[in-house]
Amino acid sequence: MSAIESLHDTDLAQTSVRELNQALHAASAGRWQVANPGGRHAIAAGLTAPLEVEIDGHAGYYCAGMNQLATVRVHGNAGVGVAENMMSGRVEVDGDASQSAGATAHGGLLVVHGNASARCGISMKGVDIVVRGSVGHLSAFMAQTGRLVVCGDAGDSLGDSLYEARLYVRGSVASLGADCVEKDLREEHVTEIAALLTAAGIDDVDPATFRRYGSARRLYTFDVDDAGSFA
Amino acid sequence: MCGIVGIFSKSPGLSERLGEHLARMLVQMGDRGPDSAGAAIYRDPVAQGAAKLSLYSADDSVRWDEIEAAIGDALGVSRSRPVTARHRLVEVEADPEPAQAWVEEHLPGLRVMSAGRTIEMFKEAVTPARFVQEYGIAGMTGSHAIAHTRMATESRVTTQGSHPFSTGRDLCLVHNGSLSNHNRLRQELRREGIGFQTDNDTEVAAGYLTWRMREGATLEEALEGCLEDLDGFYTFAVGTADGFAVLRDPIACKPAVMAETDDYVAIASEYRALADLPGAADAEVWEPSPGVVYSWGAAVVGG
Repeated sequence: MSAIESLHDTDLAQTSVRELNQALHAASAGRWQVANPGGRHAIAAGLTAPLEVEIDGHAGYYCAGMNQLATVRVHGNAGVGVAENMMSGRVEVDGDASQSAGATAHGGLLVVHGNASARCGISMKGVDIVVRGSVGHLSAFMAQTGRLVVCGDAGDSLGDSLYEARLYVRGSVASLGADCVEKDLREEHVTEIAALLTAAGIDDVDPATFRRYGSARRLYTFDVDDAGSFA
Repeated sequence: MCGIVGIFSKSPGLSERLGEHLARMLVQMGDRGPDSAGAAIYRDPVAQGAAKLSLYSADDSVRWDEIEAAIGDALGVSRSRPVTARHRLVEVEADPEPAQAWVEEHLPGLRVMSAGRTIEMFKEAVTPARFVQEYGIAGMTGSHAIAHTRMATESRVTTQGSHPFSTGRDLCLVHNGSLSNHNRLRQELRREGIGFQTDNDTEVAAGYLTWRMREGATLEEALEGCLEDLDGFYTFAVGTADGFAVLRDPIACKPAVMAETDDYVAIASEYRALADLPGAADAEVWEPSPGVVYSWGAAVVGG
């Protein structure tokens, strides 16, 4: 198992997810092409090496969860919790992502080329998330650090109970969550968005057309006199 | 947990194999809840003025011949089909509501699982795999069907507490989630004359829909009322004479995935259950939005 270029084909109609994941956990390098994912759960979860994994079809829950260093691309939709608790590396979804995409993730880049549904980036702790489409309600709930870039719209209660994550939305925001406010989009933010879009491979969206949202910092430095603000 | 599956056929070829698809989808969702399983299949409508009754007896040694004779004398039985030792499908020469009322009054040992012109409903406190085998689900044809596999949280594991729950003529409800205001709502609905047989939360949701539609609401209006009046988590699928309807609560903790091709519209708790449907890889796949009523077919009260 030495060749960097080693290429592995795995058909999940023939091989179990556990066998696939054990092979991925044992490898230090290589490329995997995974056929017939069939919405199975935990595909390519827990990787710790700079592998490349291509999944041809729709993945189930927790795909590429806890990822470190690996690059995982889903040529289809991803179920609940794609790239949850990712530490580093890159996870890319060509279709839509279900709820809680990138939940609690500490690092790396998650790119969703379709839409992400509710709670995208919930409790994110340093991950960068770029969504080509829209995100559902309660996205970036309790988000601590990291950046969330949404080229489409955001659902209700964006950034509720937000800490220091930075949120950029190009379209409409249905409503802001408690303690989340719109802030000025300065030059440094446009530069930051441009770099994230480039990293995500998105080159037809103007980084200056986003709006920035962040924490008003009244909730996590709570003063009882502000209680009325959080009804 | 709990798992929901449903499929609505848009082509004769798919209708021929509806049960086969439904059975596979349901078994695939079995690990979301193996406590009990049930299905409502819509097919072979009977004539105006007639009804299909899905009857259940908790007693294995029930004398179906005597029961049929009694129903025949009162209502006229045109056809009767044993499904299992405890389930029987009886076609009567009376409208569904009076037929159901007669059975409930005169044969209190039986439970009318469903009454309508097209619905057939079966459920049992067994695993989905055993359910589909014992009831021959894979061999059933039909225009559409919904099914459920249960992980009990709010009430006991019994056939009575299994899904689907009947909510009126040709209507039934399956539910993934839990309701927290069902005790209070059950009391209120009892005052409105809605009967309940269990302490199950989903039965209250079914009773709520029955009550709203009795008061003149359409199915869509009744479902929209759930958003106001039900407190809890839910993905609902409602089987109707002509199709099905789907509603997720506004928080949308409980999953749902839809897939549509030229041949079918299907719903499941997870994509896994849809993956083996014909053409699934190229189907349009999406999650129903929270708090929005979706319906396929003419989702109306049958009749």
